[in-house]
Amino acid sequence: MTEPGLAIQVTDLHKRFGPLEVLKGVSLEAKQGDVIAIIGGSGSGKSTFLRCINLLELPTAGRVTVHGETIEMKPDGQGGLMPANRKQVQRIRSRLAMVFQSFNLWQHMTVLQNVIEVPIHVLGVPRDQAIATAEALLKRVGLFEKRDAYPAFLSGGQQQRAAIARALAVQPLAMLFDEPTSALDPELVGEVLTVIGDLAREKRTMLLVTHEMKFAREVSNHVVFLHNGMIEEQGPPDQIFGAPKSERLKKFISSIH
Amino acid sequence: MSEPTTLPAYTAPRPRSLFEPHRIVLMAIFAVLVFCVVWFMRWDWLPNYGTRLAYGVGETLIMLFSTAIVGFMLAVPIGLVQVTGPRPLSWLALTFCTIIRGTPLLLQLWMLYYGLGSLFAQYPEIRQSFLWPYLRQAWPYGFTALMISFAAYEGEVMRGAFAGVPRGELEAAEAFGMSRFKLFWRIWLPRAIHRALPTLNGETVLQLKATPLIATITVVDVYGVISRVRQDTFLTYEPLLLLALIYLCLTGLLIWGFRLLENRIPTRGA
Repeated sequence: MTEPGLAIQVTDLHKRFGPLEVLKGVSLEAKQGDVIAIIGGSGSGKSTFLRCINLLELPTAGRVTVHGETIEMKPDGQGGLMPANRKQVQRIRSRLAMVFQSFNLWQHMTVLQNVIEVPIHVLGVPRDQAIATAEALLKRVGLFEKRDAYPAFLSGGQQQRAAIARALAVQPLAMLFDEPTSALDPELVGEVLTVIGDLAREKRTMLLVTHEMKFAREVSNHVVFLHNGMIEEQGPPDQIFGAPKSERLKKFISSIH
Repeated sequence: MSEPTTLPAYTAPRPRSLFEPHRIVLMAIFAVLVFCVVWFMRWDWLPNYGTRLAYGVGETLIMLFSTAIVGFMLAVPIGLVQVTGPRPLSWLALTFCTIIRGTPLLLQLWMLYYGLGSLFAQYPEIRQSFLWPYLRQAWPYGFTALMISFAAYEGEVMRGAFAGVPRGELEAAEAFGMSRFKLFWRIWLPRAIHRALPTLNGETVLQLKATPLIATITVVDVYGVISRVRQDTFLTYEPLLLLALIYLCLTGLLIWGFRLLENRIPTRGA
């Protein structure tokens, strides 16, 4: 049984792409208000891990529990798992907001339409209420003036901030950030990190896959280092960055700086 | 070290005047042409055929829009199953597109009208059915042939458009808990149509210019009316010139209409 207060609990997650095992049994617990940074080299499985939580990738084995509710899975007949209850998956996904590396704003909608889309059409929020919330969120990320612009006309940083507003609009139980600044020009990284940092200080539950080590150290209260599909080391940021124990983590951190 | 050079400020080139010499000459030549056409050719028949011409244009437009709309509604599933599967349906759609696109529209039209149409007439069951009053006319065959052709061409366009919607945008919809139906209806389809609009514009213009084929099976569209004029008056050029002008205007209107649609969602760099 999951104790209340756990936002996300992942137990023994495995993921296999054909012969390649990307995740070899990863477990993680995020309490409400936790900001967990997930770091690791490329190919370490950190993005896959994040995408398994909202089932954008179907895990081969393992269990995901969100706010005490375990996502029901059943065997898919090929040695993997598939969702047993589509409605449940949709309900849980709608409250696990994801922010993508490549923003993935819907290009045929304005910024405002992007933000109100899920509240209105998935969560059933009345339209005027959704618009009011969305405008407040857009003010917050500094995009109120751009609310009627189409995403193609925004800079990468603006698009990512709009995507964060879209994520906040569903009043997420937890937020999943998948390398939110990796596709940005260096001078645009700051504006996005500022927004994410503010959210972290608000004690929003978030899992953050990132390459920005300085930022991870600043905002997270727990850091997970993945290597070859396994958790090599985890702990509070000062310990991970200040006094890494494993050789691989030492090497990784020195290679980043 | 090279000296820092400052680029001269950009000044937009002045728009060229409409009244430059070469343009004036061209306009004069065109005016003379129009004058000759109006003055030296015979247009006295025109008032007698005004109503019939209007009727013919109406028939052409009804054929164009009905076949384009119904054809497009078929094209969406035809394009979609080729992207999503299941395999058998995808093959079926591909075969349909290949056969229809690989044979002349005129042939399909005649196969339907002279082939299927005369076949129907041989069966008393069909002759006595409530459908017979329609099946004995020409327009249902014209409509079907044009509609199927549009569905096949646009099915191919929509296949490309569906496949071209960035995977990430669909993933975002999925990640925010949209059902498959909502994902399709709210994100995938509108996004694909938006991408396909410029192509659809061109295809609709082609469809307009395919409509005169139905005059060969006795449907009286604007081309049919003009043919009638030629038979009655023994004139060759005047009616044909008028017909060209009519199609040109209709094409212009179509392009203008599609532009309005396209501009509702501005695209960058396109």
